[in-house]
Amino acid sequence: MNTAEPIYGLMAEFDNPTALVHASEAAFAAGYRKMDTYTPYPLEEAAEAIGAHHNRVPLVCLIGALLGMIGGYSLEYWVSVINYPINVGGKPFHAWPAFIPVTFECAVLGASLATVFGMLALNGLPQPYHPVFNVPSFSSSSRDKFFLCIESQDPRFSSGDTRKFLESQHPVQVSEVPY
Amino acid sequence: MATKIDEEIDVLPPKGVRPPILGPGHTLGTVTDRIGGIVLSKHTPIFWLMIVAIAVALFGMLNTAIAYLLGRGVGIWGVNIPVGWGFAIVNFVWWIGIGHAGTLISAILLLFKQGWRTSINRFAEAMTIFAVMQAGLFPLLHTGRPWLAAYWLFPIPLTMGVWPQFRSPLIWDVFAVSTYFTVSFLFWGIGLIPDFATLRDSAKTLVVRRIYGMLAMGWRGSARHWNRYETAYMLLAGLATPLVLSVHSVVSLDFAVAIVPGWHTTFFPPYFVAGAIFSGFAMVLMLAIPFRYLYGMQDFITLRHLQNCAKLMLATGMIVAYSYMFEMFIGWYSNDKFELGLVHNRLHGPYSHFYFVLVFCNIITPQSLWFNKVRSTPWILFLVSTIVQTGMWLERFVIVVLSLNRDFLPSSWGMYWWTKWDMMTLIGTMGFFTLLFFLFIRFMPAISIFEIRTLLPQSKVKE
Repeated sequence: MNTAEPIYGLMAEFDNPTALVHASEAAFAAGYRKMDTYTPYPLEEAAEAIGAHHNRVPLVCLIGALLGMIGGYSLEYWVSVINYPINVGGKPFHAWPAFIPVTFECAVLGASLATVFGMLALNGLPQPYHPVFNVPSFSSSSRDKFFLCIESQDPRFSSGDTRKFLESQHPVQVSEVPY
Repeated sequence: MATKIDEEIDVLPPKGVRPPILGPGHTLGTVTDRIGGIVLSKHTPIFWLMIVAIAVALFGMLNTAIAYLLGRGVGIWGVNIPVGWGFAIVNFVWWIGIGHAGTLISAILLLFKQGWRTSINRFAEAMTIFAVMQAGLFPLLHTGRPWLAAYWLFPIPLTMGVWPQFRSPLIWDVFAVSTYFTVSFLFWGIGLIPDFATLRDSAKTLVVRRIYGMLAMGWRGSARHWNRYETAYMLLAGLATPLVLSVHSVVSLDFAVAIVPGWHTTFFPPYFVAGAIFSGFAMVLMLAIPFRYLYGMQDFITLRHLQNCAKLMLATGMIVAYSYMFEMFIGWYSNDKFELGLVHNRLHGPYSHFYFVLVFCNIITPQSLWFNKVRSTPWILFLVSTIVQTGMWLERFVIVVLSLNRDFLPSSWGMYWWTKWDMMTLIGTMGFFTLLFFLFIRFMPAISIFEIRTLLPQSKVKE
């Protein structure tokens, strides 16, 4: 089926996770790469099927932790040793054991902020508009249905063949995703 | 209300079989409708309005007490020399302790792959955040001038060039508590994103859909998103685990670093952490039992959850009991006359009735949890939790006041009694907490919908 308007992709709807994972594996085997699955809960098998194993969230977390740790300790050192050294009970200005709790808390804070905002940024959220929401039945993707969308950007994508391929995977229905 | 479910679910299975984590017969759709229904329903239950009305009244009382405090100063409270730390610190430690179970459930039990945590983690996290908010009020108000406390507590560059003293545990506490609040809030917040998307997609009116749509930030359940999301969730759990242990440890150092009899001991951090989790689980039960009854959620929060919380309460209660014995032992073993004086003050001093009620609440009452019958009867469990909660408040009272009221010189001895403003602030924070919690139940999914879905057999991929 040819349409005059360019489309975002073709979306197949499944009513159980097993069918979705099998279809995604088949799509990957057929050479499709620009695709995504949409599920109501995290489904590790689906991510593996479309080849999304790895992500950079742990790296972002580590960077946040290091920045927090270095920032926290430097702040304490600068305040207590350089900017305003004050003798309290003869304790050393650079009392490093006493600086550990705040350093630890700052590391955890930096890591957590980096993890959450890094995850959102890598996911491209907040995103006010996305074409997949144009499919009327897509609202059940946050309820009890499972979707596989092969995007028109994929070099192997062609309206007719891709639709035929998706229909061979026993979906509930296949719909076009308009932009 | 939910008598039918009561009969089906709240019956103990035969001996040797544990109750299920999730009631039978649910599908992906029914869990969504049941949990989301509480939020999306147009009908606000009468009991909700009644509870919120009482909570608003108490919140008003809190505001009155705070306004009078800011006008007149901390002299309206009962604190004076020798007891300079009274209700404010007792209540601070009590509330912050209550928060600890939320993070334990959401982070530590997640790392240990305890599936039963799933039904109770969301509202336990909310409980943590709201409890830390109450806790934070007390030290701020205790400064007398909270608007100046900003530069006393946080390193803010000012022309005066004054900085906080980083060698003091009180400043560690500021960092620990504010980090704890932020991380708990982030953990709770990212847990809510997929559920907001569910509410957006099942909302019946445009306004509701728009509001939850904005909160969901365009979440669409993509596999790549879930992949990063799950990684982030596990990382946060890994970060929150040492954090939660550090928070009450640092709180305990506020005491342990001071050279005051009864405070200056090395076992304070584990003692405080165990006590915090003990009171936290008591609060989880005090919230879960009415919630499951009022909203008929007995098939989501089953007897299994109540039993497990009770077991954790028993275990941490035993650590607390051991700590009480050890406190006494240290007093005797030190052979220091001030430490011995403290032991005497506890057992025979003017506040000894506080100590004996505390022993009854925290050591004797939890022993009933050895019996399966007690662990499986919600109303008895609620009663035990209330007693434990009272006991934990008394514990902090005994720690704070009894070490201070008999100073090193008998000429400096004195008594501490709270004033009505102290009491209004304490009860007011309970109202504020209840208000926040019931607003949360009405407007946000109190049980994690997407995590409950993963418990269903039909959510698994079959080979």
